[in-house]
Amino acid sequence: MRSFTYERPSTPAEAAAAVAAKPNAKFIAGGTNLLDLMKLQIETPAHLVDVNGLNLDTVEPTPEGGLRIGALVRNTDLAADARVRRDYGVLSRALLAGASGQLRNKATTAGNLLQRTRCPYFYDTAQACNKRQPGSGCPALDGVSRQLAVIGGSDACIATHPGDMAVAMRVLDATVETVDAAGAARKIPVAEFHRLPGDTPEADTTLRPGELITAVTLPKPVAGTHIYRKVRDRASYAYALVSVAAILGKDGRGHVAFGGVAPRPWRVEAAEADLPKGAKAVTDRVFAGAKPTEDNAYKLKLAERTLTAALTQARA
Amino acid sequence: MSRRDLVAGATAAAALTALPSSGARAGSAATDAPVMAKVALTVNGQRRELELDARTSLLDAAREHLHLTGSKKGCDHGQCGACTMIVDGRRINSCLTLAVMHQGSEITTIEGLGQPGNLHPMQAAFVAHDGYQCGYCTPGQICSGVAVLAEIKAGIPSHVTADLTGAMEATPAEIRERMSGNICRCGAYSNIVEAMTEVAGRQA
Repeated sequence: MRSFTYERPSTPAEAAAAVAAKPNAKFIAGGTNLLDLMKLQIETPAHLVDVNGLNLDTVEPTPEGGLRIGALVRNTDLAADARVRRDYGVLSRALLAGASGQLRNKATTAGNLLQRTRCPYFYDTAQACNKRQPGSGCPALDGVSRQLAVIGGSDACIATHPGDMAVAMRVLDATVETVDAAGAARKIPVAEFHRLPGDTPEADTTLRPGELITAVTLPKPVAGTHIYRKVRDRASYAYALVSVAAILGKDGRGHVAFGGVAPRPWRVEAAEADLPKGAKAVTDRVFAGAKPTEDNAYKLKLAERTLTAALTQARA
Repeated sequence: MSRRDLVAGATAAAALTALPSSGARAGSAATDAPVMAKVALTVNGQRRELELDARTSLLDAAREHLHLTGSKKGCDHGQCGACTMIVDGRRINSCLTLAVMHQGSEITTIEGLGQPGNLHPMQAAFVAHDGYQCGYCTPGQICSGVAVLAEIKAGIPSHVTADLTGAMEATPAEIRERMSGNICRCGAYSNIVEAMTEVAGRQA
């Protein structure tokens, strides 16, 4: 790990200013992803701004009937929150499907959104990777791509967003709230939070330098069966090959987003009108234009079957 | 030569073979000078003050600076759970957090749970049920096991909890899911489940 200086400010505006003031500075919250990457020298910040003292760790009702989740609310606490369990079950289920108990105790709401890809080429510093080292190339395109994106990727990068929480946030139409170094607040719909790679895969999100996430807000609850169905190589503590976050009525009507298939949670709202016709009608539209590799073409069929299972569960 | 010397020798050999690549980074060596930081924390009930390289993980602080070598370093990347400690009442991977981020924290390691002659019930149950073979993952398993039963008692749900709003029980399925962040290469899992089930029954 490269050496760094460290500070622990006490307000969000101070924290944003601290990161903006120094080159190569980063926020650290739970640290479960950042420290892992720092040990591998994939991330090499020269300055760490510890945001754990910012008092952004409560879940509160909003005037609109939704919830405002502080950036530092730990994954365990969010999954266990009585209101989330009752009204936003898809979010609770998605969180509990991710990582391990130890990691969920540390990992934060904001940090979960900001976690980086688990593409094996991103992690292997002996390999080229456009996301890790812009312009160096993408060996995944012709390499081992079983876990990687089938849609939304580019000729520069086919990495996936690896998380579960964000897929649930996407189907819930969550909004990310931020503050910048000048103290200005901004609201970013979660649909616009993660970028597609295009020619600049090094930037995972639409956050600006020094911009700090302060909260994620959920609109008022949506009725229906809340489902998070995750398919992976083992039953626990593994990343999704394909996941489905859905809120469905008994007639099949509702909303659905897919994880494990793209650089960001993948949702095509227009396709949701076809949910009563069955999974294939929906996935044909959601994955129109998909460019799978030979290794990961299975994900298209798997997405259809996982949605079929979710629809069956909702009708039961 | 002890086992520890052998391990130290192997590490030194690995460091030597790694020299060419670290030599390639020599140009930036100046930026790698340690930045020292002070931290005060409570470990197993004792207040400890340390001055550390800011890079020091909580695990390394315990093992290398406080000489509490019960917590083990397995993968050092949060994948194996051998380093699990209970920090401010919650189990975490101590390899994936910096000691300097724990100013004022209350930390319990395996040494703080119990000692020979005064075992924690979970330690005694692991002995009674053969919940280990080589023992390397055991301190992490036991710290995690103690915290898992507390999480179930506190009503925190898991991936296999059928009803998110219902009561939690320490069933074998719940124990297996909740312990998935602790890897045992010897495969003592079924005995670990039995040990935890016994302690859960005792607490009920």
